Amino acid sequence: MTLLWILLLPLLGSLVPVLTARWSRSACALATAIPPSVALMLLLYHADAILAGGSLRFFLSWIPLLGLDITIILDGLAFMFGLLILGIGLLIILYARYYLSERDSMPRFYAYLMLFMTAMLGIVLSGNLLQLWLFWELTSISSFLLISFWWHKAEARRGARMALTVTGAGGLALLAAFLLIGQVVGSYDLQLVLASSELIVQHAWYPVILVLFLLGCFTKSAQFPFHFWLPNAMAAPTPVSAYLHSATMVKAGIFLLARFYPALSGTELWFILVSVTGLATLLLGAYLALFKHDLKGLLAYSTISHLGLITLLFGMGTDLAAVAGLFHIINHATFKASLFMAAGIIDHETGSRDMRRLNGLWQFMPITATLAMVAAAAMAGVPLLNGFLSKEMFFAETLHQHLLGSLSWVIPVLATVAAVFSVAYSMRFIHDVFFNGQPKGLTKTPHEPPRYMRVPVEVLVALCILVGLFPGYLIGDLLQAASAAVLPGAVPSYSLAIWHGFNLPLLMSALALVGGIVIYVNRKHLFDFQNTLPDVDALNSFERSVKRFAERCGRIYQWLDSGSLQRYMTLTLLSFVVLAGLPLLDLVTLWGGRDELPIDAVNATGAVMLLIAAFATVLWHRKRVVALLMISVVGLMVSIAFTRFSAPDLALTQLSVEVVTIILLMLALFFLPHKTPKQSESSRVVRDLSIASLVGVIIGSLSYALMTRPFNTISDYFLANAKTGGGGTNVVNVILVDFRGFDTMGEIAVLGIASLGIFKLLTRIPLFKPSSDGEGRPWALERHSLLLSTVSQSLLPLAIMVSIYIFFRGHNLPGGGFIAGLVTAVAIILQYIAQGVDWVKARMNVEYQRVVAVGLMIALFTGAASWLFNRPFLTSWFDYFDIPLLGKIELASAMAFDLGVYVTVVGSTLLILASLGKMTTAHRPVHKETI
Amino acid sequence: METLFACCVGFLSACGIFLMLRGRTFPVVLGLTMLSYAVNLFIFASGRLTLRGAAVLGTSEQYADPLPQALVLTAIVIGFAMTAFLVILAIRARADLGNDHVDGKLPEADAVKKESR
Repeated sequence: MTLLWILLLPLLGSLVPVLTARWSRSACALATAIPPSVALMLLLYHADAILAGGSLRFFLSWIPLLGLDITIILDGLAFMFGLLILGIGLLIILYARYYLSERDSMPRFYAYLMLFMTAMLGIVLSGNLLQLWLFWELTSISSFLLISFWWHKAEARRGARMALTVTGAGGLALLAAFLLIGQVVGSYDLQLVLASSELIVQHAWYPVILVLFLLGCFTKSAQFPFHFWLPNAMAAPTPVSAYLHSATMVKAGIFLLARFYPALSGTELWFILVSVTGLATLLLGAYLALFKHDLKGLLAYSTISHLGLITLLFGMGTDLAAVAGLFHIINHATFKASLFMAAGIIDHETGSRDMRRLNGLWQFMPITATLAMVAAAAMAGVPLLNGFLSKEMFFAETLHQHLLGSLSWVIPVLATVAAVFSVAYSMRFIHDVFFNGQPKGLTKTPHEPPRYMRVPVEVLVALCILVGLFPGYLIGDLLQAASAAVLPGAVPSYSLAIWHGFNLPLLMSALALVGGIVIYVNRKHLFDFQNTLPDVDALNSFERSVKRFAERCGRIYQWLDSGSLQRYMTLTLLSFVVLAGLPLLDLVTLWGGRDELPIDAVNATGAVMLLIAAFATVLWHRKRVVALLMISVVGLMVSIAFTRFSAPDLALTQLSVEVVTIILLMLALFFLPHKTPKQSESSRVVRDLSIASLVGVIIGSLSYALMTRPFNTISDYFLANAKTGGGGTNVVNVILVDFRGFDTMGEIAVLGIASLGIFKLLTRIPLFKPSSDGEGRPWALERHSLLLSTVSQSLLPLAIMVSIYIFFRGHNLPGGGFIAGLVTAVAIILQYIAQGVDWVKARMNVEYQRVVAVGLMIALFTGAASWLFNRPFLTSWFDYFDIPLLGKIELASAMAFDLGVYVTVVGSTLLILASLGKMTTAHRPVHKETI
Repeated sequence: METLFACCVGFLSACGIFLMLRGRTFPVVLGLTMLSYAVNLFIFASGRLTLRGAAVLGTSEQYADPLPQALVLTAIVIGFAMTAFLVILAIRARADLGNDHVDGKLPEADAVKKESR
């Protein structure tokens, strides 16, 4: 459980600065520091167990069906990264307190920072691939917020966008890799995946998985050719750079390399891809760093170069190289974070980061200068500092690899070249900034920063020195535990001593130091040469290509989304033809082996009438009233078909819905033109006809193929249990109100929502009231026919009685709430038609939207009532009672539910029709109005 | 019988789709109604055609499959709700936009014709 809290505390901590925003700045910073401090203590609480080589695991099932669980694993590697994230994070909180000015919103900054910290911790502690990915994306998003913290600067916005695009795209690749790994291994559990190395490596998908995975890692860790986002992310406030771009975010990709080292490494492909990328990045970063005039730009390229170095180490494939990689992760984090902070102090106290203007700062800020110089010396790999140790290990490993066959000797040479440049830019950082004359054109006089702003730098620099002096004592156990977590086998023995005697690596270090000084001294020639090269602005070219890409997508999108419904329909239908039609071509015969029923005269007549009516509807579709009449014939034939084929419930429903629909469409024609103008060109008609016929042919064939196939239905269960379990003999009704009552519940809810939507659509409608029909004939003057009103009045009680009868018999014979509701609604609608809205309103003033609500409530409460008896929602109950005179009757809770259905149907239907009908009669238009 | 039934389903779908491809709202509503008939019949027929076998216990030897019937029953009612919503939407669109084209605006060729008149 404590493991979960390590993760939860920083997350909760992101609320702390927001809640304490009104306190003083120091109080706010202090409060913000509490959750991560506690988390750090929790982490250290487990230190003994972890350093002894153990690992802890926390498991919480989340969505097991999808393989999504909350799993937290704390092993050596996670512990090491956790220390870096929380430790440096705390220093950053202190540093940012002094770095941010009064105008910046410090609580907002802290909130983002804590969010980022959570995300980073989530990555390193995750024991489930999908969960890990979730946090991976969260780092992209929170780093976007942090980089764009000064959103008023265009540079910050653009840099943040670029970082998000690159790392986000890499994240998608990573997700694909994880999903593929999940498919191969059959689980997303990290420990299982790490143990299935052989399975993954020998799988046919391995190259794809590896490339996608490395895309994710390399984009995040700014490896060549994705390195360009990192220098542009320097628009962020310096605490962000110090945290994200030295110790955490960019290390996430490296972390992943280390994490999946046991599962994915060990193949030729891994060695080549990882080592070559690492080597290229190492060289490019080291070379370019020398030419950056911006202090942070220099550090950014230096970071790229060091990340390349670590990547190269993981690509070499020897166990010792991996150990050296882990060691350098720690060392780089300490000296680079302190250098960024020192750069931030210089920027803060001088107002500039341009090394052409910053000179001779030693005399103004000697303490900061000393600290920065020690850290820069560590970066250069000067002996007695931590950078020297891991660099020595790196040199030693370059001599032991055989990556490039007989050309393997190139790697140590290139490594030395990179180290030369690394020394040179470190020299520049020291000499240009702190010595080399006097500052030029600074807006303020430089001075030492506030006391506590320097503390984080001091802590980190002290670590650089102490680790450099007593490596085994300080860091041996941690490195041992982390290596044990990374390496599949036993950790090889290695020595963390400063002095290994005179050997080749020492010579390489010495060469690098001397060469670096030589290059720095003669830098003028190199600068001149570099200036002749074309200057590539990564930001602009990146944005240009993104823009081009977006434009291309836009064109495709415009072609697809032209705003024409007909076009969408055509495209959708054509894809249906392709998707549903092609498989039919593979079928030898449509007939599935089931004998057909014989055709009798009634069926044949019905079918012919249906076909004729459908054809007539299409033929006369521009004369709308005629088409409406024709389609009502189709509906009638459909209900007869239901009757013939043993579906009395459907026939009743179809018949009553048909009546309501036709009334509705008639009413609608009052507001719509009565004729459709001839508009479609002949070519279009031909096109539409062919599409329609194609789809018709496919649907007909499918239907035939389906009907002639023997089948197994699950309905035997319903047939067997309808009487015993549901208490009714009409199985269709029992399914509706009992077995599948929850579906019906949803369906009546949809009905109610639709009717309410209609009610709202019709309020405040700018009314269009024609006074005559399509041919210019005025509406009939006689308001209500006497005959109709007399008949309808006498019909009403009868119809209501019928509907009650249909309702009650529904459980056992064809009928039920749906049908009874429709019959009742039709009877009442008839009153509206015969007598007018005012007449009905005077006699039955009901707000139908309330009726809908009451109906839904009845259904809901009936369902909920089963909770009172400790049964699941909508469990039904029934029993038989002997009542004198009436005899034995059955009472079932399903009936109450059906009552809800009934009331909802009545309410919705009337709400729809009455709302629309009211429009036509409330203010009857006079003839002189024109259309 | 199945052949005839399948023909009817296919023909109804074709008619419905042709109407749905028209440019004015009312034919589209008619087309949708027609397509609903076809789809309802299709789903209903997935329980296979049965003569004289209503799924009321104790009335026959061989019962029709009640499950597709229950599905179609609610589909009919919901289909009505959907048609109604669509119709009202069409009326509202006509009232707000002044025409009954499905895109809410007349195609350009047509608008020009109207203007020149």
